Amino acid sequence: MTTADLIGKLIQVIGGLAIFAAVVGLILFLVDRAPKRGRDYWQLAAFVAPALLLLVSGLIYPAIRTTYLAFLNRDGDFTGFDNFVWAFTQPDAVRTLINTVVWVVFVPLLSTSIGLAYAIFIDKSRGEKFFKALVFMPMAISMVGAGIIWKFVYDFKSQGREQIGLLNAIVVAFGGEPVQWLQTSPLNTLLLIAVMIWIQTGFAMVVLSASIKGIPLEQIEAAELDGASAWQRFTNVTLPGIRTALVVVVTTISIATLKVFDIVRTMTAGNFDTSVVANEMYTQAFRANEVGRGAALAVLLFLLVLPIVIYNVRVLAKQREIR
Amino acid sequence: MSVSPVDLPVSRGTKARTRGAIEVAADDSTKTGRVKKRLTSRRATFAAVIIAVLWTTPTFGLLISSFRPAEQIRETGWWTFFANPAFTLDNYQDVLFSTSSSSPQLGSYFVNSLAIAIPGTIFPLVIASMAAYAFAWIKFKFSGPLFILIFALQIVPIQMALIPLLQGFGTILRPGQQWLHDVVPFIPEQNYLPIWIAHTIFALPLAIFLLHNFISEIPSEVIEAAKVDGASHTQLFFRIVLPLALPAIASFAIFQFLWVWNDLLVALIFSGGTGDVSPLTQRLAELTGTRGQDWQRLTAAAFVSLVVPLIVFFSLQRYFVRGLLAGSTKG
Repeated sequence: MTTADLIGKLIQVIGGLAIFAAVVGLILFLVDRAPKRGRDYWQLAAFVAPALLLLVSGLIYPAIRTTYLAFLNRDGDFTGFDNFVWAFTQPDAVRTLINTVVWVVFVPLLSTSIGLAYAIFIDKSRGEKFFKALVFMPMAISMVGAGIIWKFVYDFKSQGREQIGLLNAIVVAFGGEPVQWLQTSPLNTLLLIAVMIWIQTGFAMVVLSASIKGIPLEQIEAAELDGASAWQRFTNVTLPGIRTALVVVVTTISIATLKVFDIVRTMTAGNFDTSVVANEMYTQAFRANEVGRGAALAVLLFLLVLPIVIYNVRVLAKQREIR
Repeated sequence: MSVSPVDLPVSRGTKARTRGAIEVAADDSTKTGRVKKRLTSRRATFAAVIIAVLWTTPTFGLLISSFRPAEQIRETGWWTFFANPAFTLDNYQDVLFSTSSSSPQLGSYFVNSLAIAIPGTIFPLVIASMAAYAFAWIKFKFSGPLFILIFALQIVPIQMALIPLLQGFGTILRPGQQWLHDVVPFIPEQNYLPIWIAHTIFALPLAIFLLHNFISEIPSEVIEAAKVDGASHTQLFFRIVLPLALPAIASFAIFQFLWVWNDLLVALIFSGGTGDVSPLTQRLAELTGTRGQDWQRLTAAAFVSLVVPLIVFFSLQRYFVRGLLAGSTKG
């Protein structure tokens, strides 16, 4: 990076922020002094119009257009449902869909159960905050960073050389042969899933832990007096007490998992049968120049996410009614 | 700071737990009870420690490796560091400051990440808080349906917008960028504008929704009193609403900053992939693809990108957790 580059970047950031501040300030200043007649109208416009304009031109219109593009082939001719047929019949594309299903089965299930178990184990223990921070930390870092961290764990060196990846080192220490983890299908998909679980467990743990602390103490005491074992207390008191939180956690993680992109992109770029819908969408639309297919996959992703989001929202809304 | 920006199961009774310690102690009075308790809790502690170790070891291994000399990383596992410690900062020196063409030259990408994330946080926050104020405190026709529409936009995955948005930027923004480059040669043709706008758009639905939840709960007496004193909407917004909404804004700002900092997809599509604009994540993804075995560089490079989120995480944990929980479905 040369000094000129740095100056250029500084000008852009400072200039961008200054222009933005000036425009917003000027608009708000002007509407404040707008003629009495119609002032309410102008003020309203000044406050709402920027957001609406951006949303209409940057989200609503593009989403509609993507839906339209999904029905075109790469030359822009209308081809009906061909792109969707492709997604459900072409072996590679089917692989992508199956992988996505595998992801969305394993990640919410495992990260929620591990997160819940961990939250219960450390509940009321000494150093609870510290223990929480350790597991929650992956949530802060980028999925690209996480991808590199785990690629290092899965590293492979040919037999005879010393393994520098933790997983292969363990395998070799127990007398096994080193494995090319990320090239071996279908194992590699499960190993990528492990990374997502590693990230999402902290989220599950923090939400569920807070929910567990909200269970009235009287209920737990009553169960203890009745002679319930720890497991019985868990299934009969704790689980029902955190039901809504569980639903929210599972649905939230499912949504995030359906859209997973960075991990696959960084660790295998979708090769060796590891691609998922979001990654394939990127590859088709922006690498292979198959805009129609990419758009179809985007629409598919939308349709997959839709029911979960609606369910999530309804649970949250109901929960608010209760309070 | 008693109101959280979103209604999550977090807020229910913290008071239920305060008596906990005493009750548990009383409960242990019988001998069998005590033995049982300790056994389960000992096993539980053991399991918790196992999970904690599993969860931290990968990151720890990468951190240790980033400080080891290159040939040692290549030849031996990071765990041998403890038997044979050798410490160096060369890897960081190499990835950050080296100007050789083979090195990752992360310095400029680090600047890019900041240059994308700071405006990428401020722009949507300002626009969203204005809109949120309008929806909460300016009465107008269709305000209800419009707000529901914006709320519903959260379900649109950003993948749905990427292709047309990129095409649109190509026809609308491109000439402007060209012109700017001609006038101010310091600014490359490929500048931050598209990526700022993209992040702003994608942040808006969630930001408006969360901030509206908060801003609408400001007591109406406060607003009415100011109106009676003759305050205009602009004054109300700057003098009353913004200061009162600061906690919510801070939480969302942290979430949005980290979201942008950690983002890869938006960067890949709107940055053009050069050192002029690309953020760290994009450079890292590129490096893992092209030089996947250069672990001395990858480890150090990864930590360069992790250091900012980790600082935010450890120093602003309370806001961080709140912001993250509120925004976890974004994308």
